Amino acid sequence: MTELLLGTKKGLFALEGEPGSEFEVTSRAFAGEPVDFAMRDPASGRAIATVTSPFYGPKIWYTDDPAGEWTQAEGVALPEGGEHALERIWVIVAGEDGSLYAGGDPGVLFESRDGGATWELNRALWQHRLDEHWQPGGGGLCLHSIVPWPGEPDRLAIAVSAAGVWLTEDHGATWRRGNRGIVPRYLPEETKEEDVALCVHRMERAKRDPQRMFIQFHGGVYRSDDAGQSWNQIGSGLPSDFGFPLALDPSDPDSAYVIPLTGDFDRVTPDGCVRVYETRDAGTTWTPRGEGLPAAQAYLTVLRRAFDRAGEGSSLQLYFGATSGDVFGSGDAGCSWFTAATRLPPVFSVTASP
Amino acid sequence: MAVVCVHGPLRGLAGGRAEQEVAGATVHELLRGLEDLHPSVAGWILDERGVIRRHINVFVNGERGREETAVAAGDRVEVLPAITGGAR
Repeated sequence: MTELLLGTKKGLFALEGEPGSEFEVTSRAFAGEPVDFAMRDPASGRAIATVTSPFYGPKIWYTDDPAGEWTQAEGVALPEGGEHALERIWVIVAGEDGSLYAGGDPGVLFESRDGGATWELNRALWQHRLDEHWQPGGGGLCLHSIVPWPGEPDRLAIAVSAAGVWLTEDHGATWRRGNRGIVPRYLPEETKEEDVALCVHRMERAKRDPQRMFIQFHGGVYRSDDAGQSWNQIGSGLPSDFGFPLALDPSDPDSAYVIPLTGDFDRVTPDGCVRVYETRDAGTTWTPRGEGLPAAQAYLTVLRRAFDRAGEGSSLQLYFGATSGDVFGSGDAGCSWFTAATRLPPVFSVTASP
Repeated sequence: MAVVCVHGPLRGLAGGRAEQEVAGATVHELLRGLEDLHPSVAGWILDERGVIRRHINVFVNGERGREETAVAAGDRVEVLPAITGGAR
């Protein structure tokens, strides 16, 4: 049985099912509220959700049972009396030492060491945010990707739209940029490196080769072979190198899956045809994977956190949700797809747990 | 002291009381006073900057108030979610 936690425009939906057949909605929480992200903490089994009430602001909540009572987490705020307020929490990711990380707008990183009950702002990264000009993307100044290093809890990479990639090797005490080779087509070539507003859409790290990383950029798909210090374009062969989400097969450091959209001027699946593109040679070639997906009159938008996987290898499961309220899945590493759910509210995020 | 009235989820956070007396000379002081009495309210009405959240309305004796609006003893201060929608 696989569990999906879907953050949607109108609440959190928990679904359960087996690959190949429609999933059942087992519970709904935060009815009517925008749920930006929800996940299971692998260490505690807790469900953790980020909710941005249009009235009461962003909060993190946690529970042992998504169908039961939720408790508000503490510490999810910026320093009082400053010029900034927390706008939204985009993502929560489990670290390597039982900790949890939360990323959000305006370019903030929080860490929890007690399973999500209390959170503390990473002040070193926040100081970069205060000292430098970080330009927001269309969705805000969102810290959306948090990428631990397997087995080394002090090493972490994060990505911010549009402040690029940041790397730490001392558990967040100090940070440096990791952007060499990324070429933003939306800026003049002579723009100074430190002024470049790099609109990373999603970043992931290969589990079996942590030096290997992938980025879906705002126009461009990139690979790094040196832990995010430099990047090479690998998007040729895709119908479009614009898109938001990205997923990897943990068993294969040469693997990546992207869901191209037409372009930044038209953020829907190209030609009304939904296709996931897979590489197994680190981006040298891409193979369309569409068996079972809508092939005509399907103009979907898949957001950056609305694509996740469970398992690995030949039994890799992949799931993505669209703003149309449709959720699709694959139980065979993308070779074939099935419809897991339809007619849900617009899907903001998808996480899958076996 | 003024009387602060809250609704919806704020009532549960404010000790389950729809209205209560709170000390303060301005709306901001009153709302900080409410947070002191009920720490769970922190972050729900005022953000980290001390600004009333965009879609929260505060009325003092029926007139729309802001953070700096003066409050006198016996005034009635209503905290209400705004009429929003359409965009989300």
